[in-house]
Amino acid sequence: MLVDTHAHFYHAKTPRADWHERNESRLRAGKRIGITTHVASILGSWGLTSPIYFPSPRDVTAGNDALLALQREHPDTIRGYVCVNPNYTAHARAEIVRCLDAGMIGIKLAASRRADDPLLDPIGVLARERRVPVLQHIWQHRRRDWPGQEASDAVELCALARRHPDVSFILAHIGGGGDWLHSLHAVADVPNVYVDLSGSGVDGGMLEACLESVGAKRLLWGTDLTMDTGWAKLRYLEALLTKEEVALVRWKNAAQIFPAGAFPSD
Amino acid sequence: MAPRVDVNAFLGAYPWRKVPGTSPEALAKALDRVDIDTAWVTHLPGLFWRDPTEGNAWLYETAKKQRRFKPVPTVHPGMAQWEQVIADAANAGAPAVRCDPLYLGLDPTGGEMRVLAAACGAARMPLMLAVRLEDGRQRHPNDRAGDLPAAAVRALLRADGDVRLLVTHADRGFVEEVHFGSTPEEARRVWWDICWIWGPPEDHLATLLATVGVDRFVFGTGQPLRLAETSVAKLDLLELSSDARGAIEFKNAQELMA
Repeated sequence: MLVDTHAHFYHAKTPRADWHERNESRLRAGKRIGITTHVASILGSWGLTSPIYFPSPRDVTAGNDALLALQREHPDTIRGYVCVNPNYTAHARAEIVRCLDAGMIGIKLAASRRADDPLLDPIGVLARERRVPVLQHIWQHRRRDWPGQEASDAVELCALARRHPDVSFILAHIGGGGDWLHSLHAVADVPNVYVDLSGSGVDGGMLEACLESVGAKRLLWGTDLTMDTGWAKLRYLEALLTKEEVALVRWKNAAQIFPAGAFPSD
Repeated sequence: MAPRVDVNAFLGAYPWRKVPGTSPEALAKALDRVDIDTAWVTHLPGLFWRDPTEGNAWLYETAKKQRRFKPVPTVHPGMAQWEQVIADAANAGAPAVRCDPLYLGLDPTGGEMRVLAAACGAARMPLMLAVRLEDGRQRHPNDRAGDLPAAAVRALLRADGDVRLLVTHADRGFVEEVHFGSTPEEARRVWWDICWIWGPPEDHLATLLATVGVDRFVFGTGQPLRLAETSVAKLDLLELSSDARGAIEFKNAQELMA
């Protein structure tokens, strides 16, 4: 088993004319790599009718609907995170309930509101009630605000995680940009924060630092926008870890934090 | 099976963060791990020294001891007797020399770089340049060297009709800007390493191989700053003929040196 805990798909109402080709490419590469489940999210309209990281409620719903359709089309390989914008609390909570009831298995928080903001608490409460993990988009060591997103870093995510100790939080794409060492120091002693290995970054020393910080038991494998880098990190981990430890990163840790039965052969 | 040549590797410590595997012994082990036969290596600390050529003697000595390493010495065209570095490189059988102007405080399209391009062209010595060594989003606050601009590569190609360039750590947009912003003759004098070009689902590498051509790309990793597995994985994710793969992993690098 190999679970990609950080995947994305596109749909027709996005700026990308090649959306279908990109989706197919992900599935084709997934077969080559041996991915058994893509746990994916769609961030609204990907900027077509509202900003990627500040999606309107209408676009949030449309994106989630598109992902549910993909999940139905590929019941053995695609699972969904329900993406929400926490600034619209009632809509976010309703959307979580609707999409989890329809078979999604986690919650995706992008960068619509800082992770330590109290507006995220109702979502944390719902995540605990439904026993699903929360994948939080992270800018590793955010030194300032970046345009187009209200990004959070690991310190801010850990503040939320400490307020909701029974919820599993996933720190997104440790290789996705920024100072990953800052993040790894921050999450070391917060046991309900897991580190997802996705992102284009393949820095020498990054995986060793991940293991030193959280160990193999809190690492989740993923790809995000670059599947080649994900595969490379997996190959390197196979040189660093025992088979049992590699299995934790490949799927066993994911199976532990996602709902029972989330993965077809789970 | 054709040999696999990594045209983009380093030896020695990186000043901005802890990087494992920077010794010659560790790099040799990494080459074994990913089945790389030969690596073109640069002395990494020297890139940050006021006189980067001070690392070249160590590099030559190390390459003599480890035959899988081919030395790529650094040249600084703003320093006296810089031409000697090119002559020494030719005598040592180096596959290329390198100059990263923004790390040396040089104007990447300025007179010194143009004269260097001409000297490399005359000596038939390929000139290597990196667009970047690290993602700009994660650099140390004091690491302020800018990325090499694509305009600089175009300018160097135009500066001398014989110069051949090896550009590493370029992404799709950079490659396209230079390739389609050059004449076909100019574009035939630049080779690109694949280490920074995205694979699926964006498929940037597949696109470039189809639009720019297989013959323009060489296998490079950027190790040990980057995992060498990445460049292998990129190729494993493509539907390449054995000829095309052999060209990227070996033959095109030979053409670059010819």
